[in-house]
Amino acid sequence: MAKPFTPKVVTANALLEGDVIYQTATGWTRDLTQAEVLTDEADADLRMIDASQQIDLVVGVYLADVDPDPVPQPVHFREAFRANGPSNYAHGKQETL
Amino acid sequence: MYSYTEFDDAFLAERNAQFRAQVERRIDGSLTEDEFKPLRLMNGLYLQLHAYMLRVAIPYGTLNGTQMHKLADIADKWDKGYGHFTTRQNIQYNWPQLRDVPDMLDALAEVNMHAIQTSGNTIRNVTADHFAGAAADEVADPRPVAELIRQWSTDHPEFQFLPRKFKVAVSGAPHDRAVIKAHDIGLQIVEQDGVLGFQVIVGGGLGRTPMIGKVLYDFVASEDLLPTLEAIVSVYNLLGRRDNKYKARIKITVHENGIEDIRARVDARYALIRPQFTGVDQQMLARIEADFAQPTFKTAPLDAYTAAYDSDPVFRSWADTNLADHHAPGYAIVSISLKAHGATPGDATAHQMHVMADLAAQYGHDELRISHEQNVILPHVHRADLPALHAALKCAGLATANIGLISDIIACPGMDYCALATARSIPIAQEIATRFDELKLEHEVGPLKIKISGCINACGHHHVGHIGILGLDRAGVENYQITLGGDGTQDAAIGERAGPGFSADEIIPAIERLVRGYLDLRSESTETFLQTYRRLGLAPFKAALYPEARANAA
Repeated sequence: MAKPFTPKVVTANALLEGDVIYQTATGWTRDLTQAEVLTDEADADLRMIDASQQIDLVVGVYLADVDPDPVPQPVHFREAFRANGPSNYAHGKQETL
Repeated sequence: MYSYTEFDDAFLAERNAQFRAQVERRIDGSLTEDEFKPLRLMNGLYLQLHAYMLRVAIPYGTLNGTQMHKLADIADKWDKGYGHFTTRQNIQYNWPQLRDVPDMLDALAEVNMHAIQTSGNTIRNVTADHFAGAAADEVADPRPVAELIRQWSTDHPEFQFLPRKFKVAVSGAPHDRAVIKAHDIGLQIVEQDGVLGFQVIVGGGLGRTPMIGKVLYDFVASEDLLPTLEAIVSVYNLLGRRDNKYKARIKITVHENGIEDIRARVDARYALIRPQFTGVDQQMLARIEADFAQPTFKTAPLDAYTAAYDSDPVFRSWADTNLADHHAPGYAIVSISLKAHGATPGDATAHQMHVMADLAAQYGHDELRISHEQNVILPHVHRADLPALHAALKCAGLATANIGLISDIIACPGMDYCALATARSIPIAQEIATRFDELKLEHEVGPLKIKISGCINACGHHHVGHIGILGLDRAGVENYQITLGGDGTQDAAIGERAGPGFSADEIIPAIERLVRGYLDLRSESTETFLQTYRRLGLAPFKAALYPEARANAA
C-alpha cells in the first residue's frame, strides 16, 4: 500500500535574491506560516507543475513536509534552517520575522 | 607575486562580459535554470540554502594588501560585511544577489582575481603550503610552479568536463602543511643530486571514500612536470568513471586499476604528448619565478621583541603559539587566528580584512596568505615589529593565541549555509571552543586538531583530524560521528571510527571526556594527543568516550 500523503508546501529559492520562498494560492511568500498547505497528492502535483514553469521567478522547486497546525511549521531541521536562517548570525529570514 | 599580463586581463574581461550577458539572459527568461546552472558554476556561483554563494579563488592562498582590501570592499558593498575563508584557500560570500554578481566579478578583476573553476568538474584552485616562501624548512617556494599549473589548467580545453572535480596541491617543504596526500595530485618539491624536481603523488582524497595518495613518480624533473600532469589528467579523463558520481574521482580510478596500471598508462600518454612541450612553459616559469622573488629583508635590533616577550604574558602566549620559524634571520611567520573562541571558524569581517591588509603593508612586505586551516598568515614579519603588530591585532579581535590548539578548529559551513550538508558544523565548533576556553585547558592539552564536516563530502577534512567529527542526519535528527587518529601531514593517516554517534547535545561532553581521557593517558605532558593515540590505539580512547559501555561490560 502506498504511504499516505502527508501535508506539504511548495518551496524554492527566488531567482534574483536567492532566498527561500513558499507558494501561496496566488503567488509566493517568504514566510512559511503564510504558505499554502497541500493535503491532496494530485493537487500537489499540479501545484508543482505550475511552480516549476515559473522559470523567470524561482529555482529548485520541491515539496517540503510541514506540520500544518495552527500554521505551517517545518518538520525536518533542514527546513527549519531554511525558514529561519543560519544559527551563527541573525541573518536571513530571522532578521525580519 | 604574480601580476596579470595584458593577455590575462583581456581573457578575464571577456569571461566576465560573457557571464554578465548570461545572467541577463537568465533573468529575462531566455535561459532556463538547467541551461544557466553549468554556466554559473563555471564562474563560482552556487545556490545554497538561504542565498547564492560566490566562491572566489585565492590562488595558492597568496594575496597582497590591495587584494585583501578589495575582498573587504566586496563584503561591505554586496554582502553582509564579512567573508568566509575556506579549507581550499578560497573566500566565500554567503549572501550575494544574482544581479550583483557580474559587478562583484568586475571588482575582483580590478585586483587580478576571479571565481573561474572554483566549481564544476574541472581542475580547481591550486593550493599550496601557506608558509610558502617563508618557512625555515623549505626546499623551494612552491608558488611559482603552482602559478604555472594555474595558468595551464585555467580554461584548459581538454579538461573542462572531467569525470569529476580535480584538486592539485603543492608543497616545497618536507613538513607537509598542504595536505598533499589527500589531493587528486599532490606535488612535493624534492632535491636529488643537487637538482630540484617533484615527487608526484596521485589518488588521494577524502569524502565518501577516503584514500591516502600513492607515489606515482619519486622524481620528475621540472621541465617534465607539465607534460606529466597533462598525461595524468588525460588518462583520468578517459579512464575515470562517469557512470557513478561516487566513483568518479581519480582516487577510485587509481584504487580500481592499481597504481602500476595507471603508471603504465600515464607513461604511454606522456611519451605521446611530451614532444608538444617545447620548453615554452619553462620560459614562462622563469618569468613567474622572478615575480616571486624574496622581499628585501631588513635587519633590526630585537630589544623591543625580547622586552615584550619577557614582560607581557599575553604577548608571550601569543608568540609561543602563533609564530613559526622563518628562513630569514630575525623574521617570524605570523598566523592570525580566525578562531576567536565562540566565533565562526574562517570568518573575517570587512573591518578585520582591512586591518590585516594594512598590517601586511606596514609590517609584512604587503603579503598575506590564507591557510587551509582557515586562518590568515603574515609570512614575513620582523620580530622587532611583533609587539606593535600584536597590539593592533588585539584591537581588531584578531590576537587569539590558539594556533594548532583544540579551539583552532576547521569547520565547513555545514547546514547553516550549505545545500549539501546533512548537519550543522559551525555551532559544534563554536561550542567546543567556548567550552575549552571556559575550562582554561587548551594550552595544557597542547597540539590537537579537531576537524568538522557537515556531510560525507568532508570539506572540513574530518578524516585527517586528530579528532574528526562528521555530522549526519539520522532519522531527521543531527548526529555526530567521531573518528580518531587522523593526520593530514607527511605522516598522513585516515582516522578510525570510534563508535556510535552522538546527538548535538551529547557531542560537546563527549569531546570533553575524550580530551580528559587523553590527559590521563599521556605518558608525559609533551606527548601529544596523536602520539598517545598512536602508542595506545583506539581502545582506551573508546573507553573514555563510552563510559556506559565500560560500566555495562564490567
